[in-house]
Amino acid sequence: MKSRTGFKAFRAVALVLVVLSLVAPLLWMVAASFKTNVDIYDSSKALIFSPTLDNYGTVLQQANYVQFIFNSLWVAFAATALSLLLGVPAAYAMSRFNMKKSALVVLMARVIPGVSLLVPWYYVFSNMRLVGGFSVLILSHMFVSLPLIVYIMMGFFDGLPDELEEAAQVDGLTPIGAFRRITLPLSVPGIATAGILSFIFSWNNFMFALVLSGADTKTLPVAIFDFVGYASIDWGGLMAATTVVTLPIMVIALFVQKYIVSGLTAGATKG
Amino acid sequence: MSAVIAPDKAPSRANVMPDTPGWARWANDHRKWLFAAPAMAFVAALIIFPLGWTIYLSLTDSSGSVRAESEFIGFRNYIDVLTDTDRFWPAVGRTAAFTGVALLFEVVLGMAIALLLWRPFKGEKWVRVAILLPLVATPVAVGMMWRLIFDPNIGLANQALGWIGIGPQPWLAGQHTALPTTIFIDIWQWTPMVVLILLAGLTSLSEEPQEAAMIDGASPWQRFRHVTLPLLMPTVIVAVLLRGIDALKTFDILYATKGRGGGSFNEVETLNVYAYGLSFDYNEYGLSSTVLILFFLIIIGSMWALTSRRKKEARR
Repeated sequence: MKSRTGFKAFRAVALVLVVLSLVAPLLWMVAASFKTNVDIYDSSKALIFSPTLDNYGTVLQQANYVQFIFNSLWVAFAATALSLLLGVPAAYAMSRFNMKKSALVVLMARVIPGVSLLVPWYYVFSNMRLVGGFSVLILSHMFVSLPLIVYIMMGFFDGLPDELEEAAQVDGLTPIGAFRRITLPLSVPGIATAGILSFIFSWNNFMFALVLSGADTKTLPVAIFDFVGYASIDWGGLMAATTVVTLPIMVIALFVQKYIVSGLTAGATKG
Repeated sequence: MSAVIAPDKAPSRANVMPDTPGWARWANDHRKWLFAAPAMAFVAALIIFPLGWTIYLSLTDSSGSVRAESEFIGFRNYIDVLTDTDRFWPAVGRTAAFTGVALLFEVVLGMAIALLLWRPFKGEKWVRVAILLPLVATPVAVGMMWRLIFDPNIGLANQALGWIGIGPQPWLAGQHTALPTTIFIDIWQWTPMVVLILLAGLTSLSEEPQEAAMIDGASPWQRFRHVTLPLLMPTVIVAVLLRGIDALKTFDILYATKGRGGGSFNEVETLNVYAYGLSFDYNEYGLSSTVLILFFLIIIGSMWALTSRRKKEARR
């Protein structure tokens, strides 16, 4: 009994340390976004300072961030929607017909380093005059989203019994009809998981947008670098920019925790 | 001899779909590929041609502009790269060090935290939220955030060291401290991923072996070492595999903290950063393609090594 209370105390201390080390840096980032650059440089104002909204003013007005927020939203949303459209039926077929090798083709995209594809993509897409437009950005983000969605949805369909579909077919539905009217509605939680994760990964993607976006189609992770000059860094503006990028995702994460966790751990326990 | 009428084993298609038009019937019969092919075609189109082209480019002296004339030079790039002890092999070493050290810490810390979270406790929800935050945060933003914290002059890290009487460290700015500091950032952001995976594995374990070991009087450490860990091994390997692939390919954090080229001494120049620089800063397409092919082989090789171990584990 004694050792158990000892363990409980130890666990409480350890968990507080874990939570602090994960959350404190983020709070520090948000705090810096409300400081003037003078206050950021003043170590005596590390914790106590008079907050200012100037940095957010800079970010939203001077750096044209509203446009970049819109760009990020549009690219992530379009890439997710299109990837769901392609990925959900594919995952369904691969799960039902046990198409392991076909699935591997799609999952290859998870393994290949993005740089190795970027030179040829850049060449082809710039010849087609697509670089700097949204279409090529969305395509490249789909390359990230689609394997993720197929992976998550395959696991989901594997766990869905096919008796219901068979019953629906006996009752006169075609196989595709049974998929559309029975399986799809039952898959909403899985689709939500896949969609949310796809959105987050697309929102966070950096390398593809770095090469393939233009001045007007820049996404937020690329736009962050506007605050890094050759000689100096506008730390206040930079931290406001990083807060603008990360905060929406974190708020989403708070509300849909369950889905994110189930997506990130999909297939992990099956060995 | 009268014809034997076979009993209807399954309702014939004509019975099931009397009014179905021909194209819909065709679609139903071919739904396997109708569903799977578009996604496969999309990914294949974005992979196969580029990969083939990269292999071709690696055999040429292409540089300057991808449109420029280039000459086929056989395996000379491969010889150049494989004998390059200035940039290539150090980059391989950094990639291996980054991946190895980050993975080691992430798995050990991740296992410890997952074990702490295993049994229910008060405030569980809040801990889970905290664990999710680094995971969903934009990696570039995370890099920038740590860049401020590790700033030699104004960063929180050196201020904190000052409070406990230790002199300032150069962190990301130092030739020998930059790589360890970026590894630290990777550990901060991705240990939670390992925690989540291992926790999912732990909760799916059956309780009987644990109880049996408890009745036999095994100490907590013995129970972990001889009961929990062996049962959890497949999940550990999945975590290592998933994290390993991404750690090998790390780019965002390195680019955000050190900018182009991995620092003035190339102190954080991993294979990914090196290949990116060769391609998009120096336009050395022939050489960069060679590096990429070798990089690709390294990734496939390490994955193969891990999955064959996973199969061995599964067989046991």
